[in-house]
Amino acid sequence: MNDLIFFFNQVMIGGVVLGSIYALGAVGITLIFGILRFAHFAHGDMMTMGGFVAFVLATLVAGMGLAFPLPTGFIVLPFAMVIAAGIALGIDKGFYAPLRARGARPVTLLIASIGVTMMIQGLIRLFFGTSTRSFFDTEPKTLIRIDVPIEGATRPISFTEPQLLLVILTLIAVVALHFFLTRSRLGKGMRAMADNPDLAKVSGINTKQVVRVTWIIAGGLACMAGTMLALDVSLKPDLAFNIVLPIFAAAIVGGLGHAYGAIAGGFLLGFAETMAVFNWAVLLRPFRDNLPEWLEIPSSLALVQSEYKLTVAFIILVVVLLVRPTGIFKGAST
Amino acid sequence: MTTRYIAAFAGLFALIVTVAVFMGTPFTVRLLVEAFAFALIAMGLNIQWGFGGLFNFGILGMMMVGGFAVTFVSFPVNMAFWESDGPLMLGQTLIAALIGAVLVFFAHRVQRFGITGKWRGTVIVLAWFIAYVIFRSQMDPAATYIIRESGWVGGLGLPVILGWAFGGVLAAGIGYLVGKVSLGLRADYLAIATIGIAEILRAVIKNVEWLTRGTLTVSPIPWPVPNPQAWQSWGADPTTSFIYARAGYLALVVAFVAVALFLIHRAYNAPWGRMMRAIRDNYIAAGSMGKDVTGRQLEIFVFGSVLMGIGGAMLVSFVGIYDPSSYQPINHTFIIWVMLIVGGSGNNFGALFGGIFIYIIWMLSEPLSQALFQWLSMFSSDMGWGRIPDIESRSVQMRVFVLGLVITIALRFAPKGILPERVNRNG
Amino acid sequence: MSLVELKDIKAGYGGAPILNGVNIAIDASDIGVIVGPNGAGKSTTLKAIFGLLTVTDGSVTFAGQDITNSEADRLVPMGLSFIPQEHNVFTSMTVHENLEMGAFVRRDDISDTLDEVYEMFPDLKAKRRQNAGELSGGQRQMVAMGRALMSKPKLLMLDEPSAGLSPRYMIEIFEQVVKINRAGVGILMVEQNARQALAFATKGFVLANGQNRFTGTGQELLDDPDVAKSFLGG
Ligand SMILES: Nc1ncnc2c1ncn2[C@@H]1O[C@H](COP(=O)(O)OP(=O)(O)OP(=O)(O)O)[C@@H](O)[C@H]1O
Ligand SMILES: [Mg+2]
Repeated sequence: MNDLIFFFNQVMIGGVVLGSIYALGAVGITLIFGILRFAHFAHGDMMTMGGFVAFVLATLVAGMGLAFPLPTGFIVLPFAMVIAAGIALGIDKGFYAPLRARGARPVTLLIASIGVTMMIQGLIRLFFGTSTRSFFDTEPKTLIRIDVPIEGATRPISFTEPQLLLVILTLIAVVALHFFLTRSRLGKGMRAMADNPDLAKVSGINTKQVVRVTWIIAGGLACMAGTMLALDVSLKPDLAFNIVLPIFAAAIVGGLGHAYGAIAGGFLLGFAETMAVFNWAVLLRPFRDNLPEWLEIPSSLALVQSEYKLTVAFIILVVVLLVRPTGIFKGAST
Repeated sequence: MTTRYIAAFAGLFALIVTVAVFMGTPFTVRLLVEAFAFALIAMGLNIQWGFGGLFNFGILGMMMVGGFAVTFVSFPVNMAFWESDGPLMLGQTLIAALIGAVLVFFAHRVQRFGITGKWRGTVIVLAWFIAYVIFRSQMDPAATYIIRESGWVGGLGLPVILGWAFGGVLAAGIGYLVGKVSLGLRADYLAIATIGIAEILRAVIKNVEWLTRGTLTVSPIPWPVPNPQAWQSWGADPTTSFIYARAGYLALVVAFVAVALFLIHRAYNAPWGRMMRAIRDNYIAAGSMGKDVTGRQLEIFVFGSVLMGIGGAMLVSFVGIYDPSSYQPINHTFIIWVMLIVGGSGNNFGALFGGIFIYIIWMLSEPLSQALFQWLSMFSSDMGWGRIPDIESRSVQMRVFVLGLVITIALRFAPKGILPERVNRNG
Repeated sequence: MSLVELKDIKAGYGGAPILNGVNIAIDASDIGVIVGPNGAGKSTTLKAIFGLLTVTDGSVTFAGQDITNSEADRLVPMGLSFIPQEHNVFTSMTVHENLEMGAFVRRDDISDTLDEVYEMFPDLKAKRRQNAGELSGGQRQMVAMGRALMSKPKLLMLDEPSAGLSPRYMIEIFEQVVKINRAGVGILMVEQNARQALAFATKGFVLANGQNRFTGTGQELLDDPDVAKSFLGG
């Protein structure tokens, strides 16, 4: 029984947490792709930047001597998201909009987003240095343990408060996004533009406004993902640059341009990663005594060594790109 | 147009002379060696992107492969490995890999036996899985054994130039595989696919300790020309020995670049180059004209990769250490893109110019911003605001920002680069 | 004063000019039909009115206002509506959502207009929850027309609404066009089925090489032996 709980803690909780982060990032990437038709490479750094914005706000709030029952980084998140959305709009106006106005090809925008990546990274390191920071220097990180009321289970199900908040926030974000895209006028306009930009224009949809809304949503969600990731682990300048590829993988696996696909892709990759590095021998151990002598369980039965954890996402990415570049979910829209 | 070329390269020359005056000759020669190696890599990207319109975000992978190749070929032989059971176990691993490959090969052809659709997919996945398990069953013990008995496999102790050539060959092989699997994709998917493959390569090279020593790094890797120690043993004083040794290295690298430039230039103006551009500018039309588009693109991708592999190898032998963890997308992939875009995509001389120019900017950003910060810091302490902390580590980061700024400005105001492509696209 | 008037329009896609002086004038009561060989610039003319490409010379006025090179999101609220020749529905959205997108610029209650459109195309009502991408070509054309009507236009522009449709659908579409016109909406349409379209057109324009070749009432063009010989296939 303990082994099962171990499995649950490692694979299920780990997968949901990772999947949430991936999903939040991938939605932004996929929306930007749907509306602007380019792979926005700087998205990971927008996440990191969001995390740093929240960190600055949290430090300011903590400096004022305010304390909350929830992590301060979480409390300031809404404000950080607003600021991050503003920065995203500014980045678009400064670096992407002029290229679009010139009629540049999507690849040119992709290359420009590399430039933006480097500028954000440079600036973050310039102002905050290269060190790793924690949101929990001045307050404790709450650990939540749930005892399992089954005989033989001594190990509790455990996760941290930020992890719980992350999952709740992701759920809220996904539901809100769903209603926005299917019920609101602007959301439908966004889907229309992703579907057929020329016809959207002909219908009188204000495409510039749609582009702005896209950046606001993508920037806000990126900030949410970055902050929650930083709350879960720690804040460093390459926080999300390292996972921008798995996030792209999630968006591609879900079919670029499809918001629901991106969410599903995010969770799929999150679970794939945790399952690939999980040592399955643990689950076989209880049967150790029932097995015949000659069949010995190896001490490690992980599919890949944990150094290759991120590689799992790349391999899935490459395989999906080769086998089904349009994503593995059929008929999804947006 | 010619005046533009003269102005650009004269300006570059003036910049180099200025650098030499302020930073000293040994530093400048070192800078030039690296700059020319980077220029060679930028020329490789120019073949792929400038001529072929093929997006490659996996330059880092090619450079790493080249670096590994030269390390493996030129590093002294590790007798402890050859005298152990290591080679035997590696042989068994190879056989296991072959068995796996045969399995996968046949799994892909099961439709001959009437297994199609979903079942074929299942069989293929299963075959890959079994092949993977068979391979791992031999590989893991071999790796553990080699690391325990002899540290790693060591090198072959062959001439460095051979290592560079092997770097080109190995990169060509990888480029072939990458191209084979991903060239059908559109540009942005191709970008993601290539960077994904490069990251896989990076993870593997970093972690196969038995082959590359991984994070333990390999050094000292020999030089193809007399190194400073050799010059010193012939009686040169330390500073002069560095200048002589690096100048020798520089001559070799420049010779390589010149030969590459000559060959590419000829190919570019030959029917082959015209066809490439036809494919790039409108590959559907070229395809309907009966040209083998994918085959030509694969050629291009491989040629470009060769230059990247050689350039990567040159850089590794020059610094004398192979450290897989030192490879970063920004320093090894994105910077090459900046070089090509700023220099002029589609123009060999643009790539050469951009490569050298951007590398100098990149290297100078650090001391320049350090000076700037010192000045600001003095100003702020004069104003009573205190000094700026951690100036050193901060100014290192400035160069990343500068690079980003340079490319976004270039894309906006000079999208064709400093030396634009010269050919009339309709011609 | 005409509802829409094009005076000596010159326009192109950046390269050589495609339109070299097109003149068109339509009243609210008119059904104007543009005919001409492939590549004559018929679609380009409609796009030029709608600001989808740059007019380099000449002027477009709508109800007396100069609208040359105006953006679509300004034109739709003024009462212009356009159905492009191809890709004229949002395939990943339901029929109902397509219609809603047609009313994007409206801030008032759209349910009456929706009812009118569904009444006009009963087929669509049954399929309102289905994705437009899953409909037949004829049904799509209906969705496209419905979408364009949702903004309550004063001028409806259609680019080959009957392309690829069976004669039965073609007649139905034409009947609807006439009905819409009776309700007070000016019509400007491009048609390949020139004889049928000119038969009910109040104004006809023959374009060739980006210029007016003949202009007259529909009947006049049908009766003109030159037009018949060169453009209506004998
Ligand atoms: N997007 C575009 N970019 C550049 N040139 C275009 C574009 N669309 C059309 N053209 C050119 O403009 C000319 C007129 O095209 P247009 O679509 O107006 O013809 P049309 O009269 O509508 O023909 P059809 O009956 O085939 O629809 C053609 O020569 C065409 O090649
Ligand atoms: Mg047309």
